Amino acid sequence: MNGEKHAKNNPEQNPEPWLVRPESIRGICYGSVAVLVIVVLLETVVPIKGYFTIDNWHGFGAVFGFLSCLIMVLVAKGLGLLLKRPQDYYLDIPAEQEQEKEKEQEEKVDV
Amino acid sequence: MFELLSPALFLVAGALFTAVLKGHLRTLVLFAAPLATLWAIWQVPDGVSATVTFLQYYELQPVEGSPLRRLFATVFALMAFTGALYAFRQAKWYELASAQAYAAGAVGVCFAGDLITLFVFWELMALFSTVIVWCGGTPAARAAGVRYAIIHLLGGVILKVGIEGVVVHTGSIDIQPMLATNFDTWMILIGILINAAAPPLSAWLADSYPESSPTGSVFLSAFTTKTAVLALILLFPGEQVLIWVGLYMVMYGIIYALLENDARRILAYSVVNQVGFMVCGVGIGTEMALNGAAAHAFAHIIYKALLFMSAGVVIYRTGKSKCTDLGGLFRTMPYTTICCVIGALAISGFPLTSGFTTKTLISQAAIDAHLGVVYLLLAAASAGVFLHAGIKFPWFVFFQKDSGLRPKEAPWNMGLAMFIFAALCILIGIFPGYFYPFLPYAMDYEPYDSAKVLFYLQLLLFSGLAFFILLPLMRRTLTISLDTDWFWRVPLYRLYTWLGVGLKRFVHAVRGIADGVKGRVQDWSRGEGLKSGTLGELLSQPITATSLWIGVLLIGYVFAYFL
Repeated sequence: MNGEKHAKNNPEQNPEPWLVRPESIRGICYGSVAVLVIVVLLETVVPIKGYFTIDNWHGFGAVFGFLSCLIMVLVAKGLGLLLKRPQDYYLDIPAEQEQEKEKEQEEKVDV
Repeated sequence: MFELLSPALFLVAGALFTAVLKGHLRTLVLFAAPLATLWAIWQVPDGVSATVTFLQYYELQPVEGSPLRRLFATVFALMAFTGALYAFRQAKWYELASAQAYAAGAVGVCFAGDLITLFVFWELMALFSTVIVWCGGTPAARAAGVRYAIIHLLGGVILKVGIEGVVVHTGSIDIQPMLATNFDTWMILIGILINAAAPPLSAWLADSYPESSPTGSVFLSAFTTKTAVLALILLFPGEQVLIWVGLYMVMYGIIYALLENDARRILAYSVVNQVGFMVCGVGIGTEMALNGAAAHAFAHIIYKALLFMSAGVVIYRTGKSKCTDLGGLFRTMPYTTICCVIGALAISGFPLTSGFTTKTLISQAAIDAHLGVVYLLLAAASAGVFLHAGIKFPWFVFFQKDSGLRPKEAPWNMGLAMFIFAALCILIGIFPGYFYPFLPYAMDYEPYDSAKVLFYLQLLLFSGLAFFILLPLMRRTLTISLDTDWFWRVPLYRLYTWLGVGLKRFVHAVRGIADGVKGRVQDWSRGEGLKSGTLGELLSQPITATSLWIGVLLIGYVFAYFL
């Protein structure tokens, strides 16, 4: 808690960590793009021999990885429309509530 | 010495002593029992050395050794040790004792030479894992524990039906490879698959594990599903249906983990996903594939426990587990963040981690068996693992927005346990040559082929790109996702309460009629000048009433029979 106050009150003394500064985020982005380009270009030096005809062309791994993720996220999104419920969905029918109801009913019956 | 005594007995003793001892003595037992078990595991000779006659007819083989069995038992004992280190200062004594008994069940299954011994240890696991779920201590944990127990007892009954069938029809209780060709073997397969969190009952895992305590989920993640994988390797190697069951589990785990908001539930779904890889490997069934399934189980226990440990530390320190509440924790928990990232890279199968050197064995087996579609689906799934567990989990917990939380770093024992497992993830990744000889079959495989490494780098890095491009689509919402457990939590439960209420009304109505009759009888007995209320008093006694009811039921039965 103290650390939190401290960080908020004195931004100069306690600057944001390197990882979340805008300039370093920009650097990380450029670096990542460079790495992505390099792993695709490297294939000209280290040829990847596909095992089945479909995976024989240049950059297959990159495209396949990206597209599979795209499809999975879209499928998840679509299923989410169907399957997502508020987080207290099951709490609406808790066993305790049901038991309470049962008790009440029992009492009524006994009367 | 270990011809008849299962190494699991050390852990059973450990559990008992953990329950009765206190203070430093208990701590000593917590560490000594897994280490003694580890020692004992490596004293077990190959094959069956001795048998015990049970019920005059069955020749039990309590201890059967083989490289495969020792491999699984080793990682279970390792897990029991590191888990105890992680938990001993934070967890309740009954959780620690249950964890030891649970581990004992897992080690016992590893060395079970016959189906009866296997079943006994199987149920030991079901029993004490339920206790660990209950140790979550909340009403939600209690309810989840009951559901967990019901599913596992059901699985146990199905397994038992299968075992009885096999014993009756073949006369053999040996554990030997079989295929699901008849009712008995299907029952055994289904019983095992329920423990492996296979569809359609897979929901038990994500329902129960996240409800346990921060330390409990570490133990839960390790034993049940992996003993099921071992049982599949022993009993159903090469069973084709497992390939498709495995692929379904792989995809199911990814999709549900992508939808999930709770950090530990993300990890729970990813357990199903990873076990799917192993089940698929067992289905392929070649020596390489079985090596892959075994190696992947070994590596998986370590990195998955590591991930659950990092999640456990976060929950222990902040009391929060939802991605929407977390974020930016790397500021004050750099060490936990690094351990979590190592676990996340390992589960994604990044080169130089254990996931790469073990998961690629299964992919290679698919290639060698000319299963092109299976290979491509496994590759797509590897990309998906990076998406949901490799980036999503650490990103939403430790990075993304600044949640304003400034929790303290992990306690020393939790940190040390994470260090041990993080180190193992990297060691198995960098020096697979020291790990492969422990696998059940000799093989000639080089994971670090430059083309293969480059292919996986492309695959994984571009799925990372996909994650950040699609991030707006993955905004966390305060939701849960309906799974198959809906069927037993809503309609089945409603049916049950409805039947209960109906039955009560029926009983009440019948009781009303009976009271009326009783009153008449009392009047009659008085009127006839009998000693006051003899028959009436008799009838008001419970025993008389019960016997009367039995009589009525019997008469009804006789009537029904003749109708």
